[in-house]
Amino acid sequence: MKRLLERLTEGEILVADGAMGTMLFARGLESGQCPESINLDRPVLLEEIAGLYLNAGADICETNTFGASPLKLAQYGLQDRMEEINNSAVRAVRRVVGDRAYVAGCCGPSGNILTPYGDTDPEDVYDSYIRQMEVLVRAGVDCVCIETMIDLMEAKLAVKAVKDVSPAMPVTATMTFDSTPKGFYTIMGISIEKAASGLQEAGADVVGSNCGNGIENMVEIARDFRQCTDLPIIIQSNAGLPETKGGIPVYGETPAFMADKARELLALGVSIIGGCCGTTPQHTAAIRQMVDGLAGRQRDGVNKLSHPSPQPE
Amino acid sequence: MGILTQLSNSLINGNDEKVALLTRQAIDEGIPAKQILDTGLIGAMDTVGARFKAHDIFLPDVLLAAKAMYAGMDELKPLMIEAGISSIGKVVLGSVQGDLHDIGKNLVGIMLKGAGFEVIDLGNDVPPSCFVESAMEHGASVIGMSALLTTTMPAMKRVVECVQEEQVAGQIKIIVGGAPVSEDFAREIGADAYGFDAASAVDRVKSLIGDN
Repeated sequence: MKRLLERLTEGEILVADGAMGTMLFARGLESGQCPESINLDRPVLLEEIAGLYLNAGADICETNTFGASPLKLAQYGLQDRMEEINNSAVRAVRRVVGDRAYVAGCCGPSGNILTPYGDTDPEDVYDSYIRQMEVLVRAGVDCVCIETMIDLMEAKLAVKAVKDVSPAMPVTATMTFDSTPKGFYTIMGISIEKAASGLQEAGADVVGSNCGNGIENMVEIARDFRQCTDLPIIIQSNAGLPETKGGIPVYGETPAFMADKARELLALGVSIIGGCCGTTPQHTAAIRQMVDGLAGRQRDGVNKLSHPSPQPE
Repeated sequence: MGILTQLSNSLINGNDEKVALLTRQAIDEGIPAKQILDTGLIGAMDTVGARFKAHDIFLPDVLLAAKAMYAGMDELKPLMIEAGISSIGKVVLGSVQGDLHDIGKNLVGIMLKGAGFEVIDLGNDVPPSCFVESAMEHGASVIGMSALLTTTMPAMKRVVECVQEEQVAGQIKIIVGGAPVSEDFAREIGADAYGFDAASAVDRVKSLIGDN
């Protein structure tokens, strides 16, 4: 399989998979249960989900290890099973995708606030990431996705941990931004400009945003990232923000809507498009179709990318 | 600059050592504890809350200001107990069943304490019955619940039902918040109020207490 970063450098657009959490909840993960405990109890579910996303056309399939750092697992008392949990997740995805897609080790925040704002020593967070990365890398991931970060220092520690364990391992690093009247900021006050330069400095190969927004805000976020960095950009949008119907949360953006809006991401030069909360294999398939359609037109000499058709409001 | 203004400024800047020092100085100068609390500390936290709401400052600034607030409160506490100054109200706070995200909830707790409330923080993953039992036990008049995962939002409804079953509806008011929660959702499940963000949650809790 050709190396991931090489393909991005050559201008290829890659499709990353969609949500893991909402897929697991739809398959019986109980609220209150550690999502990564599935890796121990029912790895067959991980294979099923990876298979669905692979068939939908994902080039990158993530492991169910978002909360599988020892610090985060400790919140469920599962820190002693950290190795098994990470190993099982990587193996399940690899069994299904083989070399037809990249297996991406997923890694999220520790859930703690670092000093001086909170009580957690940054050294402890770094050690926790190092331990998770050692397992993910040994288990054979093709890249690592650092995700849903709100604190730049923690995000940088995570990126650094990957590179310290395996300097050549491709790393994508994404943060979650809120739309404010003054622009996009993470809850910890990190601007897109600061995120882009900080993540790059820490060694990230691909930067961008996941979660917290539907596709329309994500287009704006991608535009801001484009102005701040020459690195490839990754965008993983939610299927909108959840609305509640009869007490049950529903994500409103359809696959067709999301894929249509995602055209604008390509016009901005985004390299990897995937999904986050609420997205399904149908969203992935719609994005795949859109990406392939545009690539086809490009081959035919019609460059739609530089002249995106106006979207109906 | 008066000492209470200095105290306020130090709190807003998140300088906990200076806040402790100035609070001690203010006590030594004979300024009543209530005045130090209201003008020096709570007044400053109000400013911090307003700036946070206006996106002039961010969570880290609020966290540092809150740490400074606690440093001042530690100095004042013995005097307040002596003077019989009680909080303006008690609030039981927690993240709902199965929710381990607690930044939002902690922030609301910080701002409520900053506004002079006594906060009983039940932490994360709090079962519905526990909210109600705890509120009854502590004589709290408000239950505040946070959810950051859409999948845990239905647990909020069970707390509302629990309050109705215990027949304490009206005496114990319920406010909900969190990223996926909306005003409509709050109304739908029968909660008394919705806090869009931490600062407005404090405003809503104040008016809930005023209703009693």
